[in-house]
Amino acid sequence: MKPFGYLRARSTAEAVRESSAHPGAGFLGGGTNLVDLMKLGVETPDLLIDISRLPLDQVGDTDNGGLRIGATVRNSDLAAHPAVRTRYPVLSQALLSGASGQLRNTATTGGNLLQRTRCPYFQDTSKPCNKREPGTGCPALEGAHRDLAVLGHSEHCVATHPSDMAVALSALDATVQLHGPDGERTVPATEFHRLPGDTPHRDTEIRAGELITEVVLPPRPDGAGSLYRKARDRASFAFALASVAAVLGVRDGRIEHAALAFGGLAHRPWRAYAAEEALRGAPATGETFERAVDAELAAARPLRDNAFKVGLARSLAVDALAELAADS
Amino acid sequence: MDPSRGRDDGAQQPGATGDRSTLTLHINGTEQTLTLDHRTTVLDALREDLGLTGAKKGCDHGQCGACTVIVDGRRANSCLLLAVAHDGARITTVEGLADGDRLHPVQEAFLDRDALQCGYCTPGQICSAVGMLGEAADGFPSHVTTRTAPVSAPAPLDAPEIRERMSGNLCRCGAYPRIVEAIEDVAP
Repeated sequence: MKPFGYLRARSTAEAVRESSAHPGAGFLGGGTNLVDLMKLGVETPDLLIDISRLPLDQVGDTDNGGLRIGATVRNSDLAAHPAVRTRYPVLSQALLSGASGQLRNTATTGGNLLQRTRCPYFQDTSKPCNKREPGTGCPALEGAHRDLAVLGHSEHCVATHPSDMAVALSALDATVQLHGPDGERTVPATEFHRLPGDTPHRDTEIRAGELITEVVLPPRPDGAGSLYRKARDRASFAFALASVAAVLGVRDGRIEHAALAFGGLAHRPWRAYAAEEALRGAPATGETFERAVDAELAAARPLRDNAFKVGLARSLAVDALAELAADS
Repeated sequence: MDPSRGRDDGAQQPGATGDRSTLTLHINGTEQTLTLDHRTTVLDALREDLGLTGAKKGCDHGQCGACTVIVDGRRANSCLLLAVAHDGARITTVEGLADGDRLHPVQEAFLDRDALQCGYCTPGQICSAVGMLGEAADGFPSHVTTRTAPVSAPAPLDAPEIRERMSGNLCRCGAYPRIVEAIEDVAP
């Protein structure tokens, strides 16, 4: 690991100021991904600005019945929070389906959003990777890409975003609050992560010096239920091959509200707008669910070894919607 | 000892931008003040600087759980914790679980059930189990907790719950059945 300086930020303003003054600096939250990537030589900050003790560790109601989640709230605390379990079960379930008990106790909300892909080429500095070193190429296109993207990828990058939490936040229409050198701004969770295009080194829309301070959930749509389903290579402690976050509201047999997002399929949580369009106003039946999910997955462009993900995602989504409809 | 490691008075306090800082860790109830390279993990500080070799270095990437210790009441992978960021933390390692000559109930259960083969993962398994029992008592749900389970009540621990909650600890000997039995013995 490369030597680095360490600074414990006493305020958000100080953290942002120091980050802007040191272009090689990185923010340290729980460190579960960052420290690992530093050991691998993938991340090489020359200064760590520790933001883990800033007063950003609270979960609280917003004025309109939503929920405000501080950036340093630990994943395990968020998953166990009564408001999350009762009003946003999809978020609790997504968090609990990721990582291990130890990692969830350490990892933060902001850090979960900013974790990097687990593409094996990205994590191996002896290999080319356009995300790690722009312009060097993407060996995953022809190489070990069984776990990688089937939607929204480019000839430059086929990585997937590894977060489960972010998939739930996408389906919940959360917003991400950023504090930067030019002040504060809000980015919808659905637009926070990027598609790779020809700039795969940029995972998100975050700008230099910006710090995530909180994530805000809007009020739960009236009567809507939500859940998270995930398929992986072992029963626990593994990244998603495919996952789905679903929010569904049904009245008198018709779908009033539908939000669907896929994980493990793309460079960002894949909000399924085409499926939602097909769901809204339609009868809450298995036939509707299949037609809607197929409308979304028609855009899939599997690689040589990962076409199985499309069928897997289809089954997860159709089952999730059927379960929510049965509960409503 | 590597001269770049260990106790000395020449380093700057945390908040400095040098390569080293002086920090205090409360390990098993004993205050330890150390001057460490910022790259030092809690695991390396325990093993290399404090001679506490109970926590093991398995994968060193947070994937195996052999390094599990309890930090401020919650289990964590000490291989991923930078010591400098944990200045002031209260850390319990497997060496600190027993009360004098009386083993912790989880340690006793591992002996009673012979819940190990080579033993390399055992300190991490035991610290993880102690932390996990605390989480369940505090009402933390798991991936297999039923959706209708009461919120904020202690989570009941049957074998599927124990397996899910202990999935961050690998045992390459495959002693899992006995590990689950040992934890079931202690679970409320």
